[in-house]
Amino acid sequence: MTMHERSIVQQLDDLHSGKYSAVELTRHYLDRIQRHEALNCYITVLEEKALAGANAADSARAEGQNHLLGGIPIAHKDIFCTEGIKTSAGSKMLDSFIAPYDATVVAKLAAAGVVTLGKTNMDEFAMGSSNETSFYGPVRNPWDTTRVPGGSSGGSAAAVAAGLCSAATGTDTGGSIRQPSAHCGITGLKPTYGRISRWGMIAFASSLDQAGPMARTAEDAALLLQVMSGSDSLDSTSLDEPVPDYRADLTRSLEGLRIGLCEDFFATGLEADSEQVIQEAITVFEQLGAKISRVALPHIAQSIPAYYVIAPAEASANLSRFDGIRFGYRCENPSNLEDLYSRSRSEGFGEEVKRRIMIGAFTLSTGYYDAYYRKAQQIRRLIKIDFQTAFEQVDILLGPTSPQPAFKQGEKTDDQVAMYLQDIYTIAGNLAGLPAMSIPAGFSSKLPVGVQLIGNYMQEGRILNAAHQFQQQTDWHLRSPGAVGAGD
Amino acid sequence: MAWETVIGLEIHVQLNTKSKIFSGASTEFGAEPNTQACAVDLGLPGVLPVVNAEVYPKAVAFGLGVGASISKISAFDRKNYFYPDLPKGYQITQMDKPIVLGGSVDIPLADGTLKQVNITRAHLEEDAGKSLHEEFQQSTGIDLNRAGTPLLEIVSEPDMRSAKEAVAYAKYIHQLVTYLGVSDGNMAEGSLRCDANVSIRPSGTTEMGTRTETKNVNSFRFLERAINFEVQRQQQVLESGGRIVQETRLFDPDRDETRPMRSKETAMDYRYFPEPDLLPVKIDEAFIAEVKNSMPELPREKAARFANQYQLTQADAQVLAADPDLANYFEDTVQHCHDAKTTGNWVRVELLARLNRDDIHITDLALSAEQFGILLSRISDKTISGKIAKDILDALWQGEAQSVDEYIEKNDLKQVSDSGSLAPLIEKIIADNPKQAEQYRQGKTKLLGFFVGQVMKETAGKANPQQVNELVRTKLS
Repeated sequence: MTMHERSIVQQLDDLHSGKYSAVELTRHYLDRIQRHEALNCYITVLEEKALAGANAADSARAEGQNHLLGGIPIAHKDIFCTEGIKTSAGSKMLDSFIAPYDATVVAKLAAAGVVTLGKTNMDEFAMGSSNETSFYGPVRNPWDTTRVPGGSSGGSAAAVAAGLCSAATGTDTGGSIRQPSAHCGITGLKPTYGRISRWGMIAFASSLDQAGPMARTAEDAALLLQVMSGSDSLDSTSLDEPVPDYRADLTRSLEGLRIGLCEDFFATGLEADSEQVIQEAITVFEQLGAKISRVALPHIAQSIPAYYVIAPAEASANLSRFDGIRFGYRCENPSNLEDLYSRSRSEGFGEEVKRRIMIGAFTLSTGYYDAYYRKAQQIRRLIKIDFQTAFEQVDILLGPTSPQPAFKQGEKTDDQVAMYLQDIYTIAGNLAGLPAMSIPAGFSSKLPVGVQLIGNYMQEGRILNAAHQFQQQTDWHLRSPGAVGAGD
Repeated sequence: MAWETVIGLEIHVQLNTKSKIFSGASTEFGAEPNTQACAVDLGLPGVLPVVNAEVYPKAVAFGLGVGASISKISAFDRKNYFYPDLPKGYQITQMDKPIVLGGSVDIPLADGTLKQVNITRAHLEEDAGKSLHEEFQQSTGIDLNRAGTPLLEIVSEPDMRSAKEAVAYAKYIHQLVTYLGVSDGNMAEGSLRCDANVSIRPSGTTEMGTRTETKNVNSFRFLERAINFEVQRQQQVLESGGRIVQETRLFDPDRDETRPMRSKETAMDYRYFPEPDLLPVKIDEAFIAEVKNSMPELPREKAARFANQYQLTQADAQVLAADPDLANYFEDTVQHCHDAKTTGNWVRVELLARLNRDDIHITDLALSAEQFGILLSRISDKTISGKIAKDILDALWQGEAQSVDEYIEKNDLKQVSDSGSLAPLIEKIIADNPKQAEQYRQGKTKLLGFFVGQVMKETAGKANPQQVNELVRTKLS
């Protein structure tokens, strides 16, 4: 088994036993990144910085320092600010932006000893489900390069799947970690809202955005979550709750675990082969001792309309700071202030971003606020109540991550509604702020299919435990995409 | 046609915190442009606001100071608009859940009466930066040092009826926030700025006229001039058959006029919505009680105490307590005079009249409470008459006298109360005016005043008037 097929836990063992050094591991990834440049996973590759970091990690290890992730090469979604390094959010608007500070997530992982390989491609400002809205071009799915990797954390998902990093960070506002994880056959976790600090993470929709780990295994995700989590005095919405030892619970038996299947998730729109994969996954959980029951989430159907009011509304304000005045793109030769604003923003933002800003500004405007924004917030409360009622009966919820596997590049770019429906199973988790993850569970026409596990508030440990036990019984997560070659 | 003026004020008070409302940057005045603007103030990508907890006790103290109710939940909203000195493209403010709701203040007017002005609300918000147009050719400079400075915006009801009342109210708020220690009140540095909503209507009618809002007036003098200009302008417009346009105006102190800034009719929609980066904060009774305990005595509490402790009328007590500095002066004076009723009366009538006449504040008064108290105690112990005391007060006021007692001594102003020295004088005056004496004795008793006047004249006012009365009456009977 080559280095990049090893999990982080295994790589740490290898580094510790001297099988290979952090520098060798880093070089291995840098080589692969170069070789698979066509996948377009990275916006920025930090070769020098990565090698210097790997050197430092090797020295630290030699001196007996034992960092939790010492020498593990990872990538950051280009939505996280990285000091002295371009942070673009996939937008022309920030093509020239060098962040003057590190996001809390970046700083925490750096303190744990990771090596940063680079910044991954993404839908512009995290708005998209296919990675096709990026200013830097679409990312290609390593399982089938004619297909999308999902989005918005498509670069991170594809990079992990293709073995271009040990793991990557992602952000999830409506499914942006889970859906690309499903499409690329990796393990991705969106924690409880507030579990991980949002400081330094470029905001899309502040009340929904949450960072999370994207990795090869549930165990690796637990390890990363351990480092990334915790309250932060710089983020008022971060939760002041202790961070448990997420790995301690992984080995717990699933005997008696109550798993609920959301009826509405299976009712319509789910592709037959994908449904078959989910059913087989349910059988595995039954064999592991879980008790399966059906639960109703009556308001789940309204989650897409509610989301597409709330998220654009918040985005319309969050993106106002990109005005061409202090940083970022500025149009040439503005004739006056109005012209400077208008052209800088028209030229700096892509179509999807502009569409959402306009939707958001509209729904917040006088006369429409009650009909849209207030109504959407009411639906959001009802969805939260639905989940709370469900979690009185079951421990975790299980369902599909996406209605079908990865679709063709360009297939849905002209049909916004079809694109928005990609997030039909993931959005409710963001609206309710619940932890949810996608794990590989099988294939549909040679394309990976993910199963989604949703936990109650702060119950990341519980879904990671279920995911890990599932991965002890299956090998879907160990499969490598043929397009880039397993041992390549 | 007679017009009535209707004025409501929005006063922005800068809270005196060391750091900004949503960041750790310093709020110190006068630094080089943009040296006190951190990543949060600049609105860089990925930054988040964190509320400076120091603003809550200050806002609550103000609320308690005006007898308002304090919101149990205090939350922030985003007010969206584009302007180069507004880095995020939105201002974080409080729309739906202002921290202070209602309340009122009793403002002392120049004629010694009090007027109640009701407060609609007061809310927390961040200040914007500053656009500098002068020093840059063909472009505008932006200084973001002010961006994120904590403000309490105090909105009054349209209760004021003249520029003078509006100024009295603004001065009262200024005094209250400095007295409570929630603001340094430094108007030259922009710590207190007023927006004046002004309209006029025919006297006797109740329907509100169309109003204009004159923004960012940063001195009491300008406030008075801006309102007076605006009232006159509106009268001219209406009397010549025009109509008032609802608009935002700016006061230009150089030309002494207001000018339209932007019309509200074409103004943008601010698209307020709850600020998702900040969670609502609970303000519980215990916190409010804690703030209350650490607050100085409020004007209303003071008035009640004065009425009770010094046996003053409610009206006297309220006027004396309305200005904390005046109240302190009163209490210091009582220490030296011990006749609270006389002191209250003299502070309220004689002292206030002179302060208003010369437009000086009690804290700038050279006359010490000690000397003023001694002066009043000389009335109480009958050393001098009230009339003489007024003359001495004027001398003290002009700086012609330093010590009351020395001045009395030097100018021989002691009241003559000794019947031994007064009796011969009265007898002489009666002898010199036989005709009047005769008329008095025949029943024209009004002439008593003539004789008393003559005595006072002869003694240069030093005679005890009461005693002179009695003696004259006895001698003439």
